[in-house]
Amino acid sequence: MGLEIATTKLEDAANWGRKFSLFTYPFVTACCGMEFMSVAAPKYDIARFGAEFPRFSPRQSDLLMVVGTITERQGPILKRVYDQMAEPKWVIAFGVCASTGGFYQNYSAMPGADQVIPVDVYIPGCPPRPEQVLDALILLMKKVQEGRGHSQVRHKRERLAARGEGG
Amino acid sequence: MAGAVLEALRARFGGAILETTSAYGDDVAVVKRESLHEVAAFLRDDPAMAMSYPCYCTCVDYLGMELLTISPTTPLAVPAIPSSLPEEAPRYAMVYELRSIKHRHRIRIKVPLTEGDLKVQTLSDLWPAFNWLERETFDMYGVAFEGHPDLRRIFMYDEFIGHPLRKDYPKERRQPLVRREFSDE
Repeated sequence: MGLEIATTKLEDAANWGRKFSLFTYPFVTACCGMEFMSVAAPKYDIARFGAEFPRFSPRQSDLLMVVGTITERQGPILKRVYDQMAEPKWVIAFGVCASTGGFYQNYSAMPGADQVIPVDVYIPGCPPRPEQVLDALILLMKKVQEGRGHSQVRHKRERLAARGEGG
Repeated sequence: MAGAVLEALRARFGGAILETTSAYGDDVAVVKRESLHEVAAFLRDDPAMAMSYPCYCTCVDYLGMELLTISPTTPLAVPAIPSSLPEEAPRYAMVYELRSIKHRHRIRIKVPLTEGDLKVQTLSDLWPAFNWLERETFDMYGVAFEGHPDLRRIFMYDEFIGHPLRKDYPKERRQPLVRREFSDE
C-alpha cells in the first residue's frame, strides 16, 4: 500500500513536469498550418505554456499536432510518425479536417485523424482561432496531469496486466 | 483572327476534323482519335500556328449527357439521362487546350472516346508538360495514353481500385489503407 502511494505521487510529479514541457511535432498538411504559426508566433506565444519548441523528428517529441486534412494516402505516414514518437505521447487534432474530415466528404479524405491514431483533444474551427488552440493546450495539460491521455491510460492498463500475470 | 486556326485545320486535315465551333469566341475542334497526334504536331510546329503553350489536358465524362455535339445555337448540352449508353457512343472526351504565345491565339481540341476503347496517343512527346497531366487524367478517368513514358497514378495510391472522377464512381466510397483497431479502448 505504501509503495502504491509512493509510485502514484511519483507519477504525479512526472506528469507535472510533462505537462509544462510538451515537445510538439507539427504534422502540418494544409492551411491550418498558418494558424499554427500564428499560435507559435509572439502575439499568442505558445511558449507561455512550455510547448514552444517544435521538434521536426517524431522521436524527440511527445505531442503530435495533426494540423490539416489527412488523406487516405497519408494515413500510413501519420500512423508511422505516431508509432515513432517517444512514450508517453499525446495527440491534438487541429481543425475540423483533422477532427472529422471537415467538408471533405469524398473518396480521398480520411474522416478524421482518429481513424488511424488515438486523439486526446479535438479543436474545432476552419481554421481554429489561436485562442482555441491555447484552450486545447490547457485542456491537454489537465489531461496529462490527471494521467488521462490515451497513451497514459494504455500504460497503466499494461502495467496492471503485467502485475496480474506476475502475481 | 478567330477561326483562322480552325480554317487551317479544316483545310489541312479535312475528314479528321469531325466538327468545329467558335461559341463565345472559343475555337473548338473535335478531332478523330487516330489523327490527334498528327494534328497536335502540326499545331506545334507550323510557323503560322506555333502553339508553344500547352494549358491543360483533361477528360470529360459525359455519362448521362447528350453526347458531344455542342453547337453554337444550343450552347448547353441538355441532360438526357439514359439508363445506358449505346454501345459505340463516345462516353468520354479528351480535352486539350493549346495556346500560342507568339500569335496570341488558342484552340481547344476534343477527342471523343468510347468506353470500350478508352485510349489515346500521348502528347507528352510534343509538350513534356502534358506528362503529369496525362498521368492525372489516367488516374482520375482511366484513359490509357499510348507511348507515355511513365503512366502511373499520380494522386491516388496504387492500391486504389477504379477511377474516382468517373461519373459512376460513388464519390464518398473510400478505400482506406490503414485504420485503427478500436478494440483496446
